[in-house]
Amino acid sequence: MAFSIYDFTSFNQSIDKLLYDSLPPFWALIIEMTIIGVVFLLFYAVVGLFLVYAERKVCAFMQNRVGPNRVGPYGIFQTIADFIKLLMKELIYIKNADKLLFNLAPFIVIIASFMAISAVPFAKGLHAIDFDIGILYVIAVSSLGVVGILLAGWSSNNKYSLIGAMRSGAQIVSYELSVGLSLVTIIILAGTMQFSAIVEGQANGWFIFKGHIPAFIAFVVFLIASTAETNRGPFDLAEAESELTAGFHTEYSGIKFAFFFLAEYMNMFLVASIAATVFLGGWMPFHVSGWGGFNAVMDFIPPLIWYFGKTAFIIFLMMWFKWTFPRLRIDQLLTLEWKYLLPINLVNILVMAFMVLMGWHF
Amino acid sequence: MSAESLILFFIVGAFLVGIALLFSHFVAPTSTNPQKAEAYECGIPTEGLTWLQFNVGYYLFAIIFLVFDVESVFIFPWAVVMKELGMVAFVEILIFFFVLGIGLLYAWKKGALKWE
Repeated sequence: MAFSIYDFTSFNQSIDKLLYDSLPPFWALIIEMTIIGVVFLLFYAVVGLFLVYAERKVCAFMQNRVGPNRVGPYGIFQTIADFIKLLMKELIYIKNADKLLFNLAPFIVIIASFMAISAVPFAKGLHAIDFDIGILYVIAVSSLGVVGILLAGWSSNNKYSLIGAMRSGAQIVSYELSVGLSLVTIIILAGTMQFSAIVEGQANGWFIFKGHIPAFIAFVVFLIASTAETNRGPFDLAEAESELTAGFHTEYSGIKFAFFFLAEYMNMFLVASIAATVFLGGWMPFHVSGWGGFNAVMDFIPPLIWYFGKTAFIIFLMMWFKWTFPRLRIDQLLTLEWKYLLPINLVNILVMAFMVLMGWHF
Repeated sequence: MSAESLILFFIVGAFLVGIALLFSHFVAPTSTNPQKAEAYECGIPTEGLTWLQFNVGYYLFAIIFLVFDVESVFIFPWAVVMKELGMVAFVEILIFFFVLGIGLLYAWKKGALKWE
């Protein structure tokens, strides 16, 4: 079994071959599916727990505090303790709530983010699904989460929850446009929507450098829009604590509340990894054409480190936004999207298309 | 892995939530109390219905979003083949964006993008 940290293709194929050689096809498929399911489940849980911890630590340092430091060294087991605590908390059922929809909402939120993460490429050959419409698929599936949020707010039979959900709905659908259109800018340059092909296309330079100014504008627009789409940072109107108690998840307690929280963090991870993959080259090392020695040194760093490093950088940026900018009002939020980001995006697509037409990119 | 594996991720996602809810159902304490089942708003009893007609502003934005989202679906396949088609594709998207821009401008001037 050939295992290489730089290319997982042969490793995956050898596992596939081993299973299909030793078992009937049906059972091989079942076992393969189980392995992938368990791996993604663990990955999802570990990343979610780690991001909550990271957010608390980053927030603490920005506010000149220490942050969680009691459970384990530097408090790294804090979120695990919190998770166990939330699991043991009572699930309160609201008298006037719509029971079915109330229980369905956490399922929809989690399933949407889980299915979207399945398309992300982590390293060469290390991805669960590699669609030729990868980007469109991720945009489509991740936007299903808004259904869960609207259901949660509506079914709670609580006025604050309803206002929070409505705000969130208006915000997510608005900013989804900008997310999609800023990715279109890069699709024009790449000529494909398949994630693996997009990453391969950045072997001689990341798209943010290859595409000059339009690509950079698209990157900035994507960062703003995706921060808004995940209900974070200065755009967290849906759960504005000081006005709406907790927004759409006010009435949720225990583990159901934890799932909304988890989905929010995993959506942040998702948009950060999309940004890293599409604009910053994903697992592709940093290359400068002509610098042979430099490129060889960069190639020595494993792709997984590149991928997680870039993703962590963008996640850190998003946390930075959250803890330094004041919250927007709903009218400012919608003005920003419809009167600034959307026209900028449309013009930006035209500029990029013209540049590709003239061959002015690298 | 092919598109069928989407079913797998759907099932695993549902499994994650389902198993945790089930576990919590057995482990978590339950103590019923009429006060606890009330909606949490301000502490005082809630007044009036929650499920009523809501601010039309949100509805307007949803309509505009629908228009733009359907149009962005047309932009995606265009973006993929833009490089190969060359000038023809560029001129066509210019016309498309012109119409789209007029639509946005109309909504803007009508005040549909203003929050009230």
